[in-house]
Amino acid sequence: MDLVKKIFFTLSGIITVAILLVIVSYILINGLPFIDFEFIFSNPVDSGRSGGIFPMIISSLYLLVLTALIAVPIGVGSAIYMTQYCKSNAFVNFIRFCSQILSAIPSIIYGLFGFTFLIMFLKLDWSLFAASVVLAIMSVPTIFQVSEISINSVPGELVEASLGLGANKSQTITSVILPSAISGIFTGIILALTRAISEAAAVMYVVGSTFTVPLSIFDAGRPLPLHLYILASEGVSLDNAYATASILIIMVLIITVFSNYCLNRYQNKIEGL
Amino acid sequence: MKINVKNFNVNLDDKHILNNINLDIKRNSIHAIIGPSGCGKSTFIKSINRMNDLVKNFKASGKILLDGKNIYDDDIDVVSLRKRVGMVFQKANPFAKSIFDNVAYGLRIAGCEDSDYIKTTVLDSLASVGLLDGVEDKLYESALKLSGGQQQRLCIARAIAINPEVILMDEPCSALDPLSTLKVEELINGLKEDYTIVLVTHNMQQAKRVSDYTSFFLDGELIESGKTGDIFSNPKCDKTENYIEGRFG
Repeated sequence: MDLVKKIFFTLSGIITVAILLVIVSYILINGLPFIDFEFIFSNPVDSGRSGGIFPMIISSLYLLVLTALIAVPIGVGSAIYMTQYCKSNAFVNFIRFCSQILSAIPSIIYGLFGFTFLIMFLKLDWSLFAASVVLAIMSVPTIFQVSEISINSVPGELVEASLGLGANKSQTITSVILPSAISGIFTGIILALTRAISEAAAVMYVVGSTFTVPLSIFDAGRPLPLHLYILASEGVSLDNAYATASILIIMVLIITVFSNYCLNRYQNKIEGL
Repeated sequence: MKINVKNFNVNLDDKHILNNINLDIKRNSIHAIIGPSGCGKSTFIKSINRMNDLVKNFKASGKILLDGKNIYDDDIDVVSLRKRVGMVFQKANPFAKSIFDNVAYGLRIAGCEDSDYIKTTVLDSLASVGLLDGVEDKLYESALKLSGGQQQRLCIARAIAINPEVILMDEPCSALDPLSTLKVEELINGLKEDYTIVLVTHNMQQAKRVSDYTSFFLDGELIESGKTGDIFSNPKCDKTENYIEGRFG
C-alpha cells in the first residue's frame, strides 16, 4: 500500500513539472527563433505581421507598475485592517467570503465591468489607467487573502513580546507583524501581479489598441497578452504570436526571480542571517 | 510595597478565573506564584501589565496598585504601563531580527535615537544577563541562531533594556534544560537588586531556590501567601501542604 501511495505522489509531482516544462519549452522553441534585438526594440509593422513589439512591452510594464501601485496598498491595507483593527468577526468573515467570490469571477467579466463602468459610465478614455484599475480590482482579492493568511500566521508570542515592551499597536504592526509576514505577502503580490500582466480578457475592452509607444498612463496601449491574442486569433502571424508569448514568459520569469532575490536580501538584512 | 492587589477578580466569558485576590508584592523582592495548571497564575501576572486586555471578553474588577496608583484606572496609558512593567514569557520569543536589534527594540520604539546610548544599553543589558561574552562578535547575526537558553536570556536582556521597575516572568524556564535553567535562575537572583520580580512557576524547587516570597494559587483563589521558607517548611493550609508535597497538581 505504501508503495502504491509513493508511486502516486511521485507521479503527481512528475506530471506537474512535466506539464510546466512542456508548455514553456513548446512556446520557447516556437518563439525564440523569431526574437532578436529588432523584435524587442521596434514598433510593429503591418499590424504585427513584421516589426517588433516594443510598444507592447512598454504597455505591459506600465500596467505592472500601475496595478501594483493601486492594488498593493488596498490589498495589504485591508488585510491589516481585517486582522488587526476590525473587531467584528462576522464582518471579517463576510469580507473574506466576498473576496473569495471576487477571485472566482472570470476575467472577461471584470473586463466587461471595466467597459460599462469606467468607459461608458465614468466616461474615462480607453487607456492604460483604465486597464490598470480593472487589473487592480482583479488583483486585490488575491493580495488580500494571501496577506491575511500571512499576517494571521505571525506567532502571537511575537506580538505579545512587542506589546510587552511598551510598543503600541501601530509600532507592533510595522516593526514586528509586517516584517514577519512580508515573505508571504510578497508571494501573494507577485502571484497577483504576474497574473494581472498576463491578462488579455480583462483589459481588451478598456485599454484601447494602438501600435505606438504609450507616453502617459492616459494613453491607450496594447499589452503583450492582448497583442498575442489578436495576432493569433486574427491569423496575423502565428510566429510573432509565439515570439510575443516567449517574451511574456521571460518577463514573468524575470519578475519572479528578481523579486525573490530582493526579498531574500531584505530578509537576510533584517534577520541578520 | 511595590504592588498591592485588592479584591481583584477576573472573568472570561462566564468563567470566574480569579476570585477576590488580595496580595502585596514587596519592592526589590522575588515573589513566586505557584499552583497547578489552570489555577489562574498566568492570568494573574498577565493582569499586572494588562496583557490580558488582548484577550477577548476579558473582564477585570478590583484594583492592582502600582506604587499606589490603580493600573485599571481609566487615565492609565497601557503603553507606558508596559514600559514600567516588563515581561518575560514562557517560551523564548525573540524577534526575527539580529541580537542587537532585539535588545534595542524597546528603546527604539520608545523614540530613542541616540545611537551611542542604544549601543551602551544593549551591551550593558546583554552583560547583565551573562550573554555578552558568548555573542559579542555576532551581535548583528540572527537571534534565532541562539540556543533556547540563550534566547530566553536575550528576552530578559530585551526586557531590562528599557529599565522597567517590575519584571513579570511567566514560567521562564519551563522550556529549558537543567543547565540553562540554572543560569537563568542565577540571573533572576541577581536582578532583584534593581527590579521587583514576579515569577510564575510550577516547579516548586525553583520557587524554593530563587524566591523570597511565595503565593499558592488554586482554582482561581489565593490559598496562602508568605515568606518562601515559611510556605515550604510550615504551610498553614492543608491544600498548600498537599500541593507542595506533591499529592496533587
